[in-house]
Amino acid sequence: MSTTATHDDHHHAPPSGFGRWLFSTNHKDIGTMYLIFSLVMLFLGGGMAMLIRAELYFPGLQFLEPDLFNNMVTTHALIMVFGVVMPAAAGMANWMIPLQIGAPDMALPRLNNLSFWLLPAAATLLILSIIVPFFGGGAPVNTGWTLYPPLSVQAGMGMDLLIFTLHVLGISSILAAINIVTTILNMRAPGLTMMKLPLFVWAWLFTAILLIMIMPALAGGVTMLLFDRHFGTSFFDAAGGGDPVLFQHLFWFFGHPEVYVLLLPSIGVLGIIVPTFARKPLFGYKSLVWGMGVLLLLGMVVWAHHQYTIGMSVAATNYFMIGTILISIPVGLMLFNFMFTMWRGAMTFETPMLFAIAIIMMFSFAGTTGVMLAVVPADLQYHDTYFVVAHFHYALIPGALFGLYAGVFFWLPKWTGHMYNETLGKIFFWWTTIGFNLTFFPQHFSGLAGMPRRIVDYSVQFVEFNQISSIGAFIFGLSHLLFVYIIIQTVRGGPKAGDMPWEGAQIGTPGLEWTLSSPPPFHSFETPPTVK
Amino acid sequence: MSESDQNPSQDQTDTATTRKTNNKRTVLTLALVTVLMFGFAFAMVPLYRLVCSVAGWNSISTNSAEALAAVKTTTSDTEGTVENAARDIKVQFDATINGNVAWEFKPNVRSVTVKPGEKTTISYYVKNHSDKTVVTQSIPGITPWQATKHFKKIECFCFETQTLKAGEAVDMKLQFVVDTDLPDDISTITLSYTIMDTNRTESLKPDKSNLPSVGSL
Repeated sequence: MSTTATHDDHHHAPPSGFGRWLFSTNHKDIGTMYLIFSLVMLFLGGGMAMLIRAELYFPGLQFLEPDLFNNMVTTHALIMVFGVVMPAAAGMANWMIPLQIGAPDMALPRLNNLSFWLLPAAATLLILSIIVPFFGGGAPVNTGWTLYPPLSVQAGMGMDLLIFTLHVLGISSILAAINIVTTILNMRAPGLTMMKLPLFVWAWLFTAILLIMIMPALAGGVTMLLFDRHFGTSFFDAAGGGDPVLFQHLFWFFGHPEVYVLLLPSIGVLGIIVPTFARKPLFGYKSLVWGMGVLLLLGMVVWAHHQYTIGMSVAATNYFMIGTILISIPVGLMLFNFMFTMWRGAMTFETPMLFAIAIIMMFSFAGTTGVMLAVVPADLQYHDTYFVVAHFHYALIPGALFGLYAGVFFWLPKWTGHMYNETLGKIFFWWTTIGFNLTFFPQHFSGLAGMPRRIVDYSVQFVEFNQISSIGAFIFGLSHLLFVYIIIQTVRGGPKAGDMPWEGAQIGTPGLEWTLSSPPPFHSFETPPTVK
Repeated sequence: MSESDQNPSQDQTDTATTRKTNNKRTVLTLALVTVLMFGFAFAMVPLYRLVCSVAGWNSISTNSAEALAAVKTTTSDTEGTVENAARDIKVQFDATINGNVAWEFKPNVRSVTVKPGEKTTISYYVKNHSDKTVVTQSIPGITPWQATKHFKKIECFCFETQTLKAGEAVDMKLQFVVDTDLPDDISTITLSYTIMDTNRTESLKPDKSNLPSVGSL
C-alpha cells in the first residue's frame, strides 16, 4: 500500500530546473547524468592521452617533465576506467534495465541518486590530485594506476587525494551494484523469468556481483596504503616487516576481475545488437549466460598473472598460467556464439552492427595477445613493455568502449525519440576504428622490440613506431568531436524514431523497452506488464 | 494518478509488498558480502604472512636464523655430493638505497666465487652523510629466486637494525654458505640489499634539491 502511495507523489510531469537533476530519483534522468558525466570524463582522459602521445612523438623530453608524464599516465588510466567506462555502463544499466525488465524504476531510487552524485565529488578529488603538486603538494602521483608501494608511499599529497578518490568511487560503484542486483532479482515483470532476460541484463547482473566482490578489496588495499603513509603502520613497508608484494596481490585481486567489470556490459550490448541486425535469435543464449558465469569465477582466481616477475614458485605461476589460459574458453565461446548468430542471417550494417563486428574482430586480437602474455616464459619478456599497452588497449577500447558506443547508437533513438544521422554514424565508425588501429597496432612491434612502458623518453630506434602511433592517436582523439556532434544533433532533432526503430529488435530475447514509446514516458511501467 | 491509489488491485499490492521484502533481503545480503570482502582484504595481511613463512618467501628472516641449525650440519662436514661441491658458484652483490636519504651504501666486493658448502664472509659499507642519527634496516633479495632456499646466511647485518650517528661509517659483516643442494643449472646468484630508514617519516620528507619540478616548460 505504502509503495503505491509514495508513487503517487511522482505522478506529474518531470520537475523543472536544476532540482530535477540534483534530487532526481528517476532512473532515466540518472542514467542520462551518468552518460553525460562519462562523456565529459572521456574528453578529460582523452586529452591526457593526447598529451602523452604528443610527448612521445619525439624521443627525449618535449614539454612534460618525467614525473608529470607519469602522472598523466596514471590519471589517464584511472579516469578512463573509473570515470568513463564504468559510469557509461552504469548509465546504460540505469536507463535500460528497468525498461527491459518492465520495472517502474530501480529498486532503490534514492540510493541511485547518491551513487551518481558521489561521482562528481570523486572527479573533483581526482583533479585536485593532479593540481596539488603545482602548489607545493610534494611529488605528483607517478606510480601508474596500479599505485604500487614503495613509490606510492613516497608520493606527495596527490596520492592521499587519489586514495580518497578511490574510496568515494568504490562506495559509488558498490551502491550502484547493490541497486542493480536487487533490481534484476526482484523487480522483473511477472512472467519474465531469468532465462528470458535480455543478455544485457544478465551481463550487468554478473558485473554487479563482481563489483560487490572486488571493490571492497581495493578499498581495503588503499586504506592500508593510507595507513602506511600517515599512521606509521607497515603493511607494505619492508623496513617494518611488511611486504610491498602484498599490495600487488590486493590490487590485482581487484584489478583483474575489474577487466571483466569493464568488458561484460559491452558483451551484453553485443548480445542484443548482433541478433537484431542479423535478424536471428542469439545462438546459444544459455551457453552465453553460463559462459559469463564461468568467466566471473575464473576471473576472480587468476589475478597473479599480472605479477609473474615477483618471484613466485613454479607451482604458483603454473596455476595462474593455466587458469589464465582457461579464460580463453568462455571468451572464445562468446565470440563463436556471436559469429554463429550472424551466420546466414539477413544482416544489415547500421552503425551499431558495424561496431559489433569490429569489436568481435579486434577483441579476438586482444585475446590472442592475451594468451601470449599468459604464458610465463613469454610474459617475462613482454612484462612492462608496450606490447602489454597494445594488448590491454585492444581489449578495453573495442571490448569496453566501442561496445558502449554501439549501445549509444543502438539506444539513442529510444532515449531521444530521434534517429541519429546514419551517414555521420558510419563516418564516425570508420574514422574512430582506423584511428584506433593506427594508434595501437604499432605498439605491438615497439613492445616486442623492447620499448618499456610508463617512461617519458625512448630509444631512437622506436621513433617511427611512436610517430605512427601518435598520428593515429590524434586521428582517434579528433573523431570524438564528431561523436559529440552526432549525439547533440540527435538530441535536438532528426527523423522521428518509432517505438521499435530497429526491425530485428523483437527477435530472440528482447527487452520490454520496445513496447514503450520513443522517448519513453517519464514514468514507465507503473503497472507491471505481464510477460507470457 | 489517484485512481490507482484508491483502487489498487489486490495483485498489485501483493507484488509491491513482496518486492519490498525481497528488496530488503537482497540488499542486506549484498551489504554483508561487501563488509566481508572489505574484511577479507585485511585478513589477507596475516594470511599472506602465514603463506609466505610456510613456503619460505619474502621475509627478512627467511633462510637465516631459523635455517642456521640445518646449515651448520651441512657446512661443518661437507656432506654434499663431491661433484656438486666442486663446482664454482659466482655470487654477486648489489645495493640499493630506499627513499631520499643522504647515505652511501655499497658492497665492499662486487662478486666472489665460492664452492657449495664453503663458508664465505664479505661486508657491505654504509655511511651516514646526513647530520642526524639514523636507524637502518636492510632487506635482502636473491636472484634467481630458486636459489633463495639454498643461500644460507649464517651472520648478516640484515638480522638486526644498525644505528648510525651523523657522519658515521661502518663495514657490516655478512657470512653465508651456498648449500650443496643448489640446482645444477644455477651458476650465478645475485644478492641484493635495499637499505631503509626505519623512521620513515624522516626519510620520506621531500628533499627539495632532489625533487623534480613539475610542469616547467
